[in-house]
Amino acid sequence: MAYKPPKQSLAGQIFDVFVLLVLTVGALYIPLYMGLAGAAKTPQPIANPTWEALGQNATEQQQWAALGITDPAAASDIITARFDYSFSWVALIVMAVFVIGYFVMVVRLSDKEYREVIEERFGPKR
Amino acid sequence: MANVTSTAAPERLQLLRVLGPAHVWALGVGIVLVGEYMGWNFSVGKGGMIAGLVACWVAGLLYTCVAMIDSEVTSTVAAAGGQYAQAKHIVGPLMAFNVGLFLVMAYTMLEAANAITVGFLLDTVAGMLGHSGLNQKPFIILAVMFLAWLNYRGVLATLTFNLVITAIAFVSIIVLFISVQFGGSAVPLDFSAITSDPLPYGWVGIVAALHFGLWYYLGIEGTCQAAEEVRSPARSLPYGTMAGIMTLLIAATLTWYVCSGLIPWEYLGQAGTPLFDAARVTGSTGLMMLLFVGTTFATLASANGCINDASRAWFSMGRDRYLPSWFGAVHPTYRTPYRSIVFLVPIALIFALGAPLDQVVTFSILSGLLGYTFMTFNMVMFRKKWPLDSIKRGYVHPFHPIPALLLLVLCATAYVAVFLGYGTQLIAMMCFYIVASLWFHFWRYRFVKRGDQFTMPWPRPNGY
Repeated sequence: MAYKPPKQSLAGQIFDVFVLLVLTVGALYIPLYMGLAGAAKTPQPIANPTWEALGQNATEQQQWAALGITDPAAASDIITARFDYSFSWVALIVMAVFVIGYFVMVVRLSDKEYREVIEERFGPKR
Repeated sequence: MANVTSTAAPERLQLLRVLGPAHVWALGVGIVLVGEYMGWNFSVGKGGMIAGLVACWVAGLLYTCVAMIDSEVTSTVAAAGGQYAQAKHIVGPLMAFNVGLFLVMAYTMLEAANAITVGFLLDTVAGMLGHSGLNQKPFIILAVMFLAWLNYRGVLATLTFNLVITAIAFVSIIVLFISVQFGGSAVPLDFSAITSDPLPYGWVGIVAALHFGLWYYLGIEGTCQAAEEVRSPARSLPYGTMAGIMTLLIAATLTWYVCSGLIPWEYLGQAGTPLFDAARVTGSTGLMMLLFVGTTFATLASANGCINDASRAWFSMGRDRYLPSWFGAVHPTYRTPYRSIVFLVPIALIFALGAPLDQVVTFSILSGLLGYTFMTFNMVMFRKKWPLDSIKRGYVHPFHPIPALLLLVLCATAYVAVFLGYGTQLIAMMCFYIVASLWFHFWRYRFVKRGDQFTMPWPRPNGY
């Protein structure tokens, strides 16, 4: 006997779309908006920067000038900005658990659903 | 003999089969070529010049695995939705729902990134002409709305448009490379940073750079989104995809070479439009105009392809009731998934108008990365459930399971790369997909017709 899904009302469909929109904006956009996510890159400015002190040779100085930056002080923040790659192993393990756990969960729940699909399509397992 | 039941499905409007291999190439390269025009250079920022080049080639290896695997599965599961349809037939409905979301999020975020770049480019040019402080937002909105309208009107016109502007954008990179090689730049190429500051972050920078190295190629797998609209999927899809990856490998290497030689790596690592900036450094007005056109065309072609692909994935999910069935409608005149196209416009605009480029790019990369991880076990399950002699494949990729295993290792490395510097976004994205999965399994799945999820004329899978 084939599974007969319930008919979803228009209001129900609209509600489901609303849930997905809230989920997308809530999980992805709000953290950005609140400044909770993003690159950890910070400038490490030096006092009285010169091109030489910033490690820029003559050709590179020409390149900066062609890009519209002739004052080394204006380039200082760009040149000295660095990512901070120090991290805790616990955080890395938490990330791994999230990713692996997510795939394990999805594959296991999918398999349960897939067996229903195959049984309805091909008949009971012999 | 397999017991294949058949039920008479009600007649419904189908997408038109009008596309050839060149359109498939244009769809794939058109989406991705923008990765040479913006975004890839953040890999230089995360690890330095050498790390950027290593990331370019390692990511190329990752995408070669993706293209090999995808060509086999797609040439066999030739249905709209690409990897979504594959997941439905090979892993199960929840995986398919997730893959559909990966595709929609990856392409919608890429579309948003393209729109941001259009606005940034126009702002830069306005500043060069003495009109600094241009309001970028109207141009971002205009770009997204115009391309959505083009997609609304029909796929053939859309992808023919893509074919032309993608070709122009690709030729622009070649012209810049040749011009610079033959003395067309007022400022010489300088690679001294390779010896003076080879690895500013050490070896960890090489791993970290892989994050944005994916951007060189991200979206090439989009070729199979149009499977239901291709005249000869078994021939056109592998041919178009493989030609696309070769095109991109060449373009990526040329781009790294020209930009790293003409732009100080610290500037390059945070630039919004690196190829256009390289043209600025040459001092040639002709090259500047060419790369302005190239950047504009590449972003428009990419956004155009993204709308095409995201809307087809959304449409497929609506048609299967994974999402409200209202989205599964085809326009009676233009035969396009018009409701899906319109619905995704505001989501793209929210991120294009309110988020920084590197973070929008990261969301797109993360969704793509989750999709590539899925491909690894999907390929193994495909061969296990239907061995080579059980169903006819349009293309059989060699050396199985080495590409799948290699892809898995590279994906794991890429997760660590994203974690370095953008860990919070990685966790936010995983939370999004976990909650969405629970929502689907425990609520939405009740509206799905079980047997209708398997439409390929294949025998019963082994083990089921």
